[in-house]
Amino acid sequence: MADSSASIPRASTGPALPVIGKSDTKPTWCPGCGDFSVLAAVEMALKRLQIPSHNVAVVSGIGCSSNLPHFLSSYGFHAIHGRALPVAEGIRWANHGLTVIATGGDGDGFGIGAGHFVHTMRRNVDLTYVTMDNQIYGLTTGQASPTSMMGQKTKSTPNGVIEQPVDPIALALASGATYVARGFSGDVKHLADLVANGIQHRGFSFVDVFSPCVTYNKLNTFDFFRQRVYKLETSGHDPANIGLAFQRAIEWGDKIPIGLFYKVDHPTYEDLEEVLSAGPLAHQNAGLAGRDKLLDEFA
Amino acid sequence: MSDLLVRTGGEAGDGIASLGETLARCFARMGLHVFGLNAYQSVIRGGHVWFQARASEIRPFSQGDGADILYCLNRETFDIHRADLRPGATIVYDPEKFAIAPGDVPTGARLLPVPTLAIARKYTSQAILQNASGLGAMAYLAGIPLPVLHGALADSFGKKAGDVVTWNLGASADGYEFAKQHSGANDHAVAPKGEGKLLLTGNQAIALGAAAGGVKFLAQYPMTPASGIMHWMAAHSRDLGIVVKQAEDELAAINMAVGASFGGVRAMTATSGGGFSLMVEALGMAGMTETPVVVVESQRAGPSTGLPTKTEQGDLHLMIGAGQGEFPRAILAPSHPKEAYQSTIDAFRLAEEWQTPVLLASDLHLSENYATVDRDEINLNVPIARIATATAPGTGEYLRYAYTPSGVSPRSIPGQPGLQFIAGSDEHDQKGHLISDVRAGVPMWVAERAKMMEKRMRKLDGLRRAAPPPVVEGRPDADVTFVAWGSTVGAIRDAMPILEAQGISTNLLFVRTVYPLRADIVSTTLESARTPLLVEANYSGQLGQLIRQETGILLPHRLLKYDGEPFYPHEIVAKVREMTGHGGQ
Repeated sequence: MADSSASIPRASTGPALPVIGKSDTKPTWCPGCGDFSVLAAVEMALKRLQIPSHNVAVVSGIGCSSNLPHFLSSYGFHAIHGRALPVAEGIRWANHGLTVIATGGDGDGFGIGAGHFVHTMRRNVDLTYVTMDNQIYGLTTGQASPTSMMGQKTKSTPNGVIEQPVDPIALALASGATYVARGFSGDVKHLADLVANGIQHRGFSFVDVFSPCVTYNKLNTFDFFRQRVYKLETSGHDPANIGLAFQRAIEWGDKIPIGLFYKVDHPTYEDLEEVLSAGPLAHQNAGLAGRDKLLDEFA
Repeated sequence: MSDLLVRTGGEAGDGIASLGETLARCFARMGLHVFGLNAYQSVIRGGHVWFQARASEIRPFSQGDGADILYCLNRETFDIHRADLRPGATIVYDPEKFAIAPGDVPTGARLLPVPTLAIARKYTSQAILQNASGLGAMAYLAGIPLPVLHGALADSFGKKAGDVVTWNLGASADGYEFAKQHSGANDHAVAPKGEGKLLLTGNQAIALGAAAGGVKFLAQYPMTPASGIMHWMAAHSRDLGIVVKQAEDELAAINMAVGASFGGVRAMTATSGGGFSLMVEALGMAGMTETPVVVVESQRAGPSTGLPTKTEQGDLHLMIGAGQGEFPRAILAPSHPKEAYQSTIDAFRLAEEWQTPVLLASDLHLSENYATVDRDEINLNVPIARIATATAPGTGEYLRYAYTPSGVSPRSIPGQPGLQFIAGSDEHDQKGHLISDVRAGVPMWVAERAKMMEKRMRKLDGLRRAAPPPVVEGRPDADVTFVAWGSTVGAIRDAMPILEAQGISTNLLFVRTVYPLRADIVSTTLESARTPLLVEANYSGQLGQLIRQETGILLPHRLLKYDGEPFYPHEIVAKVREMTGHGGQ
């Protein structure tokens, strides 16, 4: 079953068909926003993999970072707040020949969309989810987010946050994601590698990105991360070991790891959904013409 | 109408529904039309449940009034239903389980004590087998030939074989024979009539209609009374090539369906009012992004969790108003499984043609109850139009949301080269670019926003003309004109010939598409109607409110019901008699 599905090309490659690039819409993010680097990294990854833009669907929810699909030349779905993942799943199941990338922020993904985040991972749907995690609500002008640190003062928490932040990496590991990574907007090349490998990985790939908000988060700044991040790739981490991955996931303080935490190969949801073994659903026949024997069950 | 009403009652877990379904199946196979009512409670074990199978040569549209044969699996059933028996009714029960004193027997009814437990013990120690002998006794009384009963019973076990099937066949034959020996003159028996009919629930009809209408993707979260749609589709998923996804919640379900539709397949979700409430925001997203999606809203008694296993038509305003802002939608309201099949096909066609959400309004009474259709009433050969309508743009720029006279713009699907676009839940221009951020409020884009609103809303005019119009059933110049939508129509249709026989002529304005309302047809009909009577299963008369809003016509006569139970023909007859000064029957 897994093999038949694996033979379906992720994208047709033809010399005449343009690979992804920027769209004619200019990004509207604040100057210096971390999201510019994430856009660049996604574009670099898709270019490197030579995936034609018409075979890519980029899906997002609502928030500053969720405007990202507008800035690429692929198909896109700019959905409602928190619902990027179920829309992305639907697209993927309608046509698993497409490369589907979901993007969004920490509020979108770990707050209002947290339920979908967990369930999409346990299904191992073959899509890549890139979150621009700035630990603040930006578009609504600076309220606490699910990843805001304890004690952080924001417009909605003038006396400081009094609840523990969500740990997206640990949550992903616990929920069955098969590719779990963290990038940093301050290192585009490293981030592009993580995204490209995530796209190539068969299964749910999660790339959480420290993507600082230069306007509303004065705590988790580029400098904050530059002083703390280190790469798992150069620190002897074994990404096949989920126990070690959990240990690294909960590291938060003077040293914060980025890179690939965990990767494992499991059948994808699309592998296990037998209907899809006949090819992308969008290319299959529809309707019941000639299926009159079907009525016998009601006789 | 010469019909036969067979009622079986007992405790949840007794197997009442399968008893009733088997009886209904037998009648359908005998070529009779059937309506089957499955009345149950929100518990898995315990509580009173009952099933009424009504058989007739003329199609019944409701469960009818009273019962001719009542099989009581417990004393409670007798106590609850004894006042609802028709003259000459037969009560089947096992005196080993409980006694019925002669003085308790309703006038005109007779008892048929059947040793169902003793018969069961011949085969097994499992008491559930008593049902089979009781079923056999009922089948004899109803005139069902034993081979028909055995055929239906064997089929109900599917591929299972072995002792259980043998015992059931044996015990049912024993019950049948016992009734033959002990019932005396039997005037209940109905005669077979021609070719067998198909028996299906509203939910099965909707699922079948969706498959015939080209659905390739269903996402749903379990919720009574809509779950039957997912159950049928899941059982046929591989055979029919339809992906069925049980989602983590209704938010996911509708968003998955919208995503799948964007991805290039016909897609749907189904739920009840509670789940639909969660879908509201995404419904607007489908409207804004002009992505077709079909949503089945099978209503149950609200508000909130309400009565999960009881029926109501309380969600009309919710369906019309669901979503912030304004966007085009259609709401179809079939009344019978035969219509539900066709309406679901229509829903997919309309959603596709007008690139917007279409709702199918069902309710528990339609979704979960059984009715018959003739095989030739179900046409499976439905042409499915191609989804993508856009072609490569040549030199010009592809405009996904191009302004057109109809409001419908050329649609591409991912995978088509050169036709990429962004489906945005924000307001956007013809290309799909946002006009919600840096362009919002700038005079040129202010005008574009208005034009885009008008483009989308033009589709509502098209939908109004394309959706099934209201129809008038019955004689044109009637004393009373019923006004109704959805499953309520069934009891009205059954009340009409009863009233006719009593010298009161009636007709029915059946609003098959509740939104957008054909105010022109509704006005013309109501202006020439002598006495309109609004019949709805809700507290406020929501269709009446809509009609007043759209036509200015107030419907002062109303029969409204909000106790969770479906309408019975006798209630409608009584209301009309009272209204027309005929008094009691």
